[in-house]
Amino acid sequence: MQQAIALPGGSARFCAEVEEISGQDVRRCYQCGKCTAGCPLAFTMDLAPNQVMRMVQLGMENEVLNSQAVWLCAYCLTCTVRCPRQISVGDVMDGLRILARQKGILGSGRGRRVALFNESFLASVKRLGRLYEFGAMLLYNLKSGRLFQNADVGLKMFLRGKLKLGTTRVKKIAEMRNIFKQRLPAVRQEREGVRR
Amino acid sequence: MKIAYFPGCCYETSAREYDVSTRAVCRHLGIELVEPPDWNCCGSTPAHSTDRLLALAMAARNLAQVEEMGLAEVTASCALCYQRLALTQAELAENGELLAEVNRLTGRPYRATVKVRPVLDIIAGLGEEEFRSRVVRPLNGFKIAAYYGCLLVRPSKTKVDDPENPQMMDRVLRLAGAETVDWTHKTECCGASLAISNEEVVVRMVARIIKAAALAGADCIATACAMCHFNLDIRQEKVSRLLGKKYSLPVFYFTQLLGLAMGLNPKEVCVHTHFVDARPLVKKII
Ligand code: SF4
Ligand code: SF4
Repeated sequence: MQQAIALPGGSARFCAEVEEISGQDVRRCYQCGKCTAGCPLAFTMDLAPNQVMRMVQLGMENEVLNSQAVWLCAYCLTCTVRCPRQISVGDVMDGLRILARQKGILGSGRGRRVALFNESFLASVKRLGRLYEFGAMLLYNLKSGRLFQNADVGLKMFLRGKLKLGTTRVKKIAEMRNIFKQRLPAVRQEREGVRR
Repeated sequence: MKIAYFPGCCYETSAREYDVSTRAVCRHLGIELVEPPDWNCCGSTPAHSTDRLLALAMAARNLAQVEEMGLAEVTASCALCYQRLALTQAELAENGELLAEVNRLTGRPYRATVKVRPVLDIIAGLGEEEFRSRVVRPLNGFKIAAYYGCLLVRPSKTKVDDPENPQMMDRVLRLAGAETVDWTHKTECCGASLAISNEEVVVRMVARIIKAAALAGADCIATACAMCHFNLDIRQEKVSRLLGKKYSLPVFYFTQLLGLAMGLNPKEVCVHTHFVDARPLVKKII
């Protein structure tokens, strides 16, 4: 530890919560740093994966759940296959995303954009049962307030016949809606309200 | 051989070449692919990042349809679809309570009997003799960097090959007459899941991979994942701008290359719709 920090109360509770939702034994981590060494996204994360692990052990819930790192993690699982303590760090990250969303925290900056993209993707799939790429991209642009981002990508796709403008829907769409209704009862509004 | 085939949501759009070439090669090899009648999105990264049971149920609804069709195996071309289906299968097969919970959500009683295999595994499993006898137009002069990405080689529950230095794709491409290079970024993540939300980050990730393939002397890249393919193919202009050096490495699906080697014509495996023009390289053998 390079810094002295005041630990928040209830540290064991948060760590247990993360272990439960991720199915991973976070307390086994001994800070070797191997996960971070191989993480392809560490260069852009505000907290390195091994820091996330340590902070979960210490119960630093706010710092971890509001970090961009948990959203920037691409679930590539390089860390998971390399951890000498057999912890799936990727699944810890995934569990943290689930927890953050349950608590209505979408983070900020780059991380927030990932959270908004996930919501747009799922909204498209909820409606049609399948992803409608063009629709999900437009919805994401609206949600993130950057209307023309990815327009160059969209245009390139269009010119190669790779952007479909019509939709295909699952036939028994009621089955899909039922799954969504039970698992994601109305997408939770963010605690702080809508923020750009 | 008859096997269920899960095309995935991008099969008509960003991953069209993969779907077209997979169907063409399988038809040629006498492998009959049958789509589940009412398949849905596998859930992809957004579902498992949001709710575990949502992700499991979305994948399970597809697996249940395979059982209903009376088939023992399902294959997916897209590696992300493969990983979601395979992970779900693995979890449901070892946890009866979870299976019951998921069945309640989907309303489709699934018995967790389906085996999930990526197209790469099925084709690589054909056997050397059979394979050689099919190659009528060897990929002479192709120097390929076989790129596996994440989803086929991680995690260990669903991997089809070694996570650090896989060889499965190299082997089939060499049997098809190509040379494959040893290189450093075979299984490095390309960041595709962040492509829409954080393109500037992803361009840096793609840049490392393209640069590594070029440094190894490859003249093209072969992939087995729809996400990787699209990402590496469409972003090379931006990579060139970032690195201050022009890169234009054609990116193929391994199924396209195998199709060409087996004598299919280039249109049949869809080599004309890539962002980096692949046709000049293809002309080498045609
Ligand atoms: S690789 Fe494993 S033990 Fe090492 S720091 Fe990361 S999580 Fe901890
Ligand atoms: S799974 Fe996430 S934390 Fe682990 S190496 Fe990949 S991006 Fe980094």
